Amino acid sequence: MATDPPLIAFDAVTKSYGTGEALVHALAGVDLRIDEGEFVAIMGPSGSGKSTCMNIIGSLDTPSSGSYRFKGVDVGTLNRDQLALLRRHYLGFVFQGFNLLARTTAVENVELPLIYRGMRAAERRERALQALESVGLADRATHTPNELSGGQQQRVAIARAIVTDPYVLLADEPTGNVDTKTSVAIMELLARLNADRGITILMVTHEPDMAEYAQRIIQFRDGLIDSDARNGKVSA
Amino acid sequence: MIYETLKLALQAIRRNVLRSFLTLLGIVIGVGAVIAMVTIGNGTTAKIEEQMSKLGSNLLFVIPGQLGPRRASATAQPFDARDVDALRDQLRNVQAVAPVSSSSKTIVFGSENRSVTVIGTDNGYFTTQALDITDGRQFLDSELRGGQAVCLIGETVREKLFGSLNPVGATIRVDTVSCDVIGLLAAKGQSGFGQDQDDVVLMPLRTFQRRLAGNSDIGRIYVSAATKDETAKVQKDIEWLLRERRRITAGKDDDFAVADMQQIISAQTATTSSMTILLGAVAGVSLLVGGIGIMNIMLVSVTERTREIGIRLAIGATENQVLMQFLVEAVVLSLIGGVSGVVLGLGLAGTAVGLMRIPFILDADIVLLAFGFSALIGVVFGYFPARRAAHLNPIEALRHE
Ligand SMILES: Nc1ncnc2c1ncn2[C@@H]1O[C@H](COP(=O)(O)OP(=O)(O)OP(=O)(O)O)[C@@H](O)[C@H]1O
Ligand SMILES: [Mg+2]
Repeated sequence: MATDPPLIAFDAVTKSYGTGEALVHALAGVDLRIDEGEFVAIMGPSGSGKSTCMNIIGSLDTPSSGSYRFKGVDVGTLNRDQLALLRRHYLGFVFQGFNLLARTTAVENVELPLIYRGMRAAERRERALQALESVGLADRATHTPNELSGGQQQRVAIARAIVTDPYVLLADEPTGNVDTKTSVAIMELLARLNADRGITILMVTHEPDMAEYAQRIIQFRDGLIDSDARNGKVSA
Repeated sequence: MIYETLKLALQAIRRNVLRSFLTLLGIVIGVGAVIAMVTIGNGTTAKIEEQMSKLGSNLLFVIPGQLGPRRASATAQPFDARDVDALRDQLRNVQAVAPVSSSSKTIVFGSENRSVTVIGTDNGYFTTQALDITDGRQFLDSELRGGQAVCLIGETVREKLFGSLNPVGATIRVDTVSCDVIGLLAAKGQSGFGQDQDDVVLMPLRTFQRRLAGNSDIGRIYVSAATKDETAKVQKDIEWLLRERRRITAGKDDDFAVADMQQIISAQTATTSSMTILLGAVAGVSLLVGGIGIMNIMLVSVTERTREIGIRLAIGATENQVLMQFLVEAVVLSLIGGVSGVVLGLGLAGTAVGLMRIPFILDADIVLLAFGFSALIGVVFGYFPARRAAHLNPIEALRHE
């Protein structure tokens, strides 16, 4: 029986910044396999390389060495336009710092990835509003980021990431700025996206409570994977 | 996708109203200034040429010193009455000779007063200047010889001092001299320099010399040749005669100048075209300052824009899509700014041209040049920083500070 290649495969991936004295190994040789449909939580102390790893998976950044294959395709061989298409059609990214367009309404921010997919305006608007609805922000659609709280901006960023129905949702601390109640709502949303639509989810979090929603928890330490375990508490 | 790109660009312009407005302002002012100044300069030149050529081509000007900017050289000795007599008696093929001295004086009638150009001359002035009298008469020989206090007034003087009254027969005071008005001059309008040629008072030369100037100097002499063809020959004769009279030895330069209309025109237009160049330079500087303003605004917003580019790249835009958006944005701003600048410049020029009563001459090259420059500024400063940013990794663009 031929097995599909894993969705995400890291082989000895490193990433270092700076030179000489200031050399930092953000990732020091990571091997990682993630299959389609998984819900993975990435944990670890601050500075352990979680965001760096997510950025590389999101093809926003490139490894210093090692290989990253997405669905069996070596991402290192793709040119800039192919990487853009990979991001456009397969990936949804929620940044640690939201990264919304300033002076642009929530719904327009959410629409943005659909514009680059060439979707018609009316359909675009409808889907953007749906996505906002699913993060509980339907009533804030015409607000600009500076009129929204941190948690609300975070949710707009999530809506923007899921509006395209991505294969993989990469969320860097999606509950970092929100209260417990909203955190739970966001986690339930992610769990639902994972269960109902089969979206693969990678989520960075510092909170063990949130990690409990995942089926698998990866611990980072000093640029390496410290532990990688199935989450015992999630019932199969 | 072109439509979407245009929409994205317009959205970006709308979202950054202040930045867009300041960029526009820079372009509008620069382009507007260049077009206004150059159009006004051209109109002035054309007006002078037209005025001068109206005076007739058989007219010669005799002035002390040299033609051109250094004309009023203090060393040049003025003419006197015997020079005029000599020109009148010894030259052939001459229709009329008119000595002229003038200065600015205050004139008073009733409760009205006004500063005007007072010209001392004789009846030759009417012939040489092709000047008609609408009411009254020329000077009498007795008035000229006796230096009597009589005068003719221009249309502007009549209007301002007399209003609906009849000036002929009235008495006005010119500086300290009470003067009978014996005639009214036909209106001539403005000169090429925007000077009102009807704001004048004419009186006998001798009256002017004795009672106003206090000397017997003659500032300049107008000579009109009998026919156009003889003008050049008459010019030579005058030069020869005056060198003789002023005892200028062979090999030395003239300390006077004889010029025909054509030479005056080229001397004057040289002055106005250097004025046009100066105006153009001033305008060019404002275009440059506008450009630097735009550059500043663009550079200040580079951080924000770089992050915007990072976001767009991160959610799946290709480098080209991002660049097209920025290019369209820059082009749209430059176009709006350029068109508004052209409209503003032409509007300003139109208003000024109307006020100065000079012809409206549109120089298409300047319009194109100003427009092209504005487009260049907009594109260079809007597009090239974006190009650098779009070439970064998305994550580098997002981290930009
Ligand atoms: N652009 C950069 N230049 C230099 N060093 C960097 C850069 N980005 C990350 N690093 C370093 O790489 C290491 C890993 O950073 P990373 O952002 O991946 O940490 P993290 O696990 O996401 O931390 P946190 O939980 O605080 O978000 C850190 O030591 C950081 O200082
Ligand atoms: Mg991080």
